[in-house]
Amino acid sequence: MAPAGGGLARIALPVDCSELQVSFGAVRAVDGISFHIEPGEVFALLGPNGAGKTTTIRVLTTLITPDSGRATVFGHDVRRAAMLVRHLIGYLPQQLSADFQLSGYENVWLFARLFDLPRREREGRVREVLAVMGLDDVRDRLVRTYSGGMIRRLELAQALVNRPALLVLDEPTIGLDPLARADVWERVRTLRQETGMAVLLTTHYMEEADVLSDRVALMHHCRFRAEGTPANLKSALGPGATLDDVFRHHVGAAIEDEELSGGGRDVRNTRRTAQRLG
Amino acid sequence: MSATRVAPRSVSAEARVDSAVLPAWWRLYPSRVVTFWLVELRKIRHDRSELYLRAVQPVLWLLIFGETFSHLHAIPTPKGIGYLAYLSPGIMAQSALFIAIFFGIQIIWERDSGILTKLMATPTPRLALISGKAFAAGVRSLAQVVVILVLSVLLQVHFDWNPLDLLGVALFVVLGAAFFSCLSMTIAGIVLHRERLMGVGQAINMPLFFASNALYPVRVMPGWPQGLSAANPMSYEVDALRGLLLGTPSAMLLDLGVLVLAVTVGIAASASLLPRLAR
Repeated sequence: MAPAGGGLARIALPVDCSELQVSFGAVRAVDGISFHIEPGEVFALLGPNGAGKTTTIRVLTTLITPDSGRATVFGHDVRRAAMLVRHLIGYLPQQLSADFQLSGYENVWLFARLFDLPRREREGRVREVLAVMGLDDVRDRLVRTYSGGMIRRLELAQALVNRPALLVLDEPTIGLDPLARADVWERVRTLRQETGMAVLLTTHYMEEADVLSDRVALMHHCRFRAEGTPANLKSALGPGATLDDVFRHHVGAAIEDEELSGGGRDVRNTRRTAQRLG
Repeated sequence: MSATRVAPRSVSAEARVDSAVLPAWWRLYPSRVVTFWLVELRKIRHDRSELYLRAVQPVLWLLIFGETFSHLHAIPTPKGIGYLAYLSPGIMAQSALFIAIFFGIQIIWERDSGILTKLMATPTPRLALISGKAFAAGVRSLAQVVVILVLSVLLQVHFDWNPLDLLGVALFVVLGAAFFSCLSMTIAGIVLHRERLMGVGQAINMPLFFASNALYPVRVMPGWPQGLSAANPMSYEVDALRGLLLGTPSAMLLDLGVLVLAVTVGIAASASLLPRLAR
């Protein structure tokens, strides 16, 4: 899977992880996963709450340091070159993370400053990403007056303002209604087509992974259970199989218990997000 | 609506990105602090109600407590300085303390709502993030300074209106608020929950205020509160404010040194606890 070092020019992969391990106290959150993302690829981490998806993302966004193993983003080690890694990524966390006390414009402007965009480019870039996300007309309104779908689009605008080379989306459509969800999908697909950036996303919606990603990894109990293109994973199971079937096959009935027992904070966050969306 | 305008940076260029894209630390830190100042100002502009509500308490302290104790003559003040004048700098520091000591609640809120993780995933060093937040608390407390200055004119308190001294007042109030907000964010990093932070905040509020020279000279206190006061940055803040506004003898350089040291330690302590909040 990994590109051979040999004849190929050394192009740094957007993401390259090997034997990543993370524990919180006695609790193992990620247990020795290895994967990489090709340039321009959309890669989905799929799995139930508490499977370790968000922890993996937090390692790659430099929010937590792994106990062991190696993770690089465009060749930069997440531990040793955290500042460079942060420069290269756009990150959309699971929760609704726009600041409700600010306007849409101010929310994006804040990130333009935090990414050190030169002053003369700042305003233009902020307006540009807001326009791309269809928030032109509402950019001066306070975010607390936005709908859930608008907030998600605003957060995408925040994540894009630095023109990231890797877009990291943690449960991008959680709590959204079907229309808003389809809208987010459409925007991610367009972006990816037109900018060629690599995308790492987590989701527990099979359909989302199927629609959006080039490759998926099924995660359960802190490990990868299967990895491949949605088409390959489905056809390996037999004709007419859906990604749902693939998931059930690899993760099994255990998922029911996991949803109930695993990741109290995950569940709480999900509920909170849903609540804020109204 | 096309996405083409979010133009790609070529992927091969990404592979070669190096530390040249990052501003030097001496540009980055001030830039981040200014950013959080500006954001705080925007928030104040969008919702001024908190500003007005916050002004009520110091006004009541000066009007009720201040007027009453002026008449009682119970508290010895330096020669030629009425109790109201003596109290005003204390209340200035106190109202900044009351704002800052619950600032940790904001960081817990930002943690729960995902704002904090997103900020931490930007090229903002932990120290710069905390410094930004701490000095944002300073911005809010400056509003209190204005309220008390206006009120003191109405109450005919005689301050030294030298603009340089007033700048000094702003500096000390901002430093004080920065320290107490760091204290609050440090506690937030330890307790992690809003309710517990409220409890701890309430508990330490009282000794920080009363075991200081804000209401009375330290020498009227018994021995052990005097010890507390000597270790309390609040006392140094008030000492400096009195010196600047009333011209009372004060150890200005010592005050400045203690506050700068306290803010530095506070920023380091809360920054080191930030990863706990990010989990």
